[in-house]
Amino acid sequence: MRLRFILGEVVNGLRRNGTMALSVVLVTFVSLMFVGAAALTQMQIDQLKDDWYGKVEISIFLCPENSRNERCAEGAVTPEQEDAIRGVLEDGALAGLVQEVYYESREQAYDKFVANDDEGIWSSLTADQMQPSFRVKLSDPEQYQVVADATEGLPGVDVVRDQREIFSELFRFLNAATVVAAALAAVMLLAAMLLITTTIRLSALSRRKETQIMRMVGSSRSLIQMPFMLEGAVAATGGALLAVAGLFFGVRYLIEDWLRSSVTWVQYIGTQEVWSVAPWLLVIAVGLAAIASLVTLGRYTRA
Amino acid sequence: MIRLDNATKVYKRGARPALDSVSVEIERGDFVFLVGSSGSGKSTFLKLILREERPTGGDVYVAGRHLNKLSAWRVPHLRREIGAVFQDFRLLPNKTVYQNVAFALQVIGKSRHHIQSTVPEMLELVGLSGKERRMPHELSGGEQQRVAIARAFVNHPPILLCDEPTGNLDPGTSVGIMRLLDRINRTGTTVLMATHDDEIVDQMRKRVIELRGGQLVRDQDRGVYGLERV
Repeated sequence: MRLRFILGEVVNGLRRNGTMALSVVLVTFVSLMFVGAAALTQMQIDQLKDDWYGKVEISIFLCPENSRNERCAEGAVTPEQEDAIRGVLEDGALAGLVQEVYYESREQAYDKFVANDDEGIWSSLTADQMQPSFRVKLSDPEQYQVVADATEGLPGVDVVRDQREIFSELFRFLNAATVVAAALAAVMLLAAMLLITTTIRLSALSRRKETQIMRMVGSSRSLIQMPFMLEGAVAATGGALLAVAGLFFGVRYLIEDWLRSSVTWVQYIGTQEVWSVAPWLLVIAVGLAAIASLVTLGRYTRA
Repeated sequence: MIRLDNATKVYKRGARPALDSVSVEIERGDFVFLVGSSGSGKSTFLKLILREERPTGGDVYVAGRHLNKLSAWRVPHLRREIGAVFQDFRLLPNKTVYQNVAFALQVIGKSRHHIQSTVPEMLELVGLSGKERRMPHELSGGEQQRVAIARAFVNHPPILLCDEPTGNLDPGTSVGIMRLLDRINRTGTTVLMATHDDEIVDQMRKRVIELRGGQLVRDQDRGVYGLERV
């Protein structure tokens, strides 16, 4: 009886306040799109980090002859210095952070270099001019700075390079995009909440007579307020579902169908990530409606 | 059934109290008229009983409950013990006579079976059998008030509060309504009726409580409307 009554009231309210309900749906739709987009961007960043950081390594370049770097003032690195550096990496305090160390000699560096030089531009170079280096794979790529600090001052070390620097610009851009999306989402969510508040208020005013009688004959406050709360929640949930659909098709067509085939060297997020974001969007929508109801209903349907 | 102990209500700090230290006791099964001019405190008196307002001083007891201490979530239970009838009927214009009465039972969670057996009974009591499917605008004022009374009484509350129930009705129709209220009173229901209608009060010869400027100035068994005519 009560359930049927509540549902009937919800349907009635939504029908009577159709335009308002629709605007709630649309505003929550757009705002949750932004929330979802921000979340998906972060997931994409995490994915890229996992993917790329696993491949990158630290390069510790050792002093060549005639270097202009004052650290290399004593000339080319000696075998003793090389052993000392290797010792620091493999046995010292850093041993826990380092997964693998391998040494690239001048000759190996030269061979690699020549192999990549298809057009022979650098054919005048000789192996002596190349720099030997240690290539270090870290067990935790985030600990780069510790390893860099520990090795940078050692005798015979010219310069320490982290390949991640190449990606940091890209990540900075993606992070900025996340911040922008999140800021827009926050503004839109606020707008959505105010709109839900107004909708509930209008709905409560247009059904004043009913609620007045309900109070008078002693129906519980929850029964009086439930239809209004549900109205807000239904509209907001509608918006959330649209947002999920929007994100799904966005990821499906933009990323899976288009980017994945045109820019192939990147690991992309897919629609399964959208599904992991979807429940949160629904939670946000319902939470939003709940907060708006609490703010409004106390005043308009008081006991 | 209803007891006010030095009940005082001040709406705005510093203003003259709307109800000033009023003490009244109304027993189960009483029929009481509450009279007084506009602004005498009648409405406040009724609001305190319905717990729409809390007293600023003194105590209010209704149907065994101490309303000063009644928490907000128990208020609906209090209201189920009080039927309320108003001057402006307060019917839902888009519901039929039957639906208007049934609404009161629906929203306190009564079963469909219970509603289907109780509502026709109640409509018969108020003399509206055969008009179940009418809309409120198709009824006369007196009939609309009967629907409102049916709605207020359908749950058989021990108390019926009537706020100027005949205020919008002509004298002939009012007599019919009073007969109905009297009948309800005879079932053991306590009836408290606020009114301006001196003829009715004089005719019925029931207990009269008179308020003036928020103070109780008369509490008389088998009284009449105006003191000066005693």
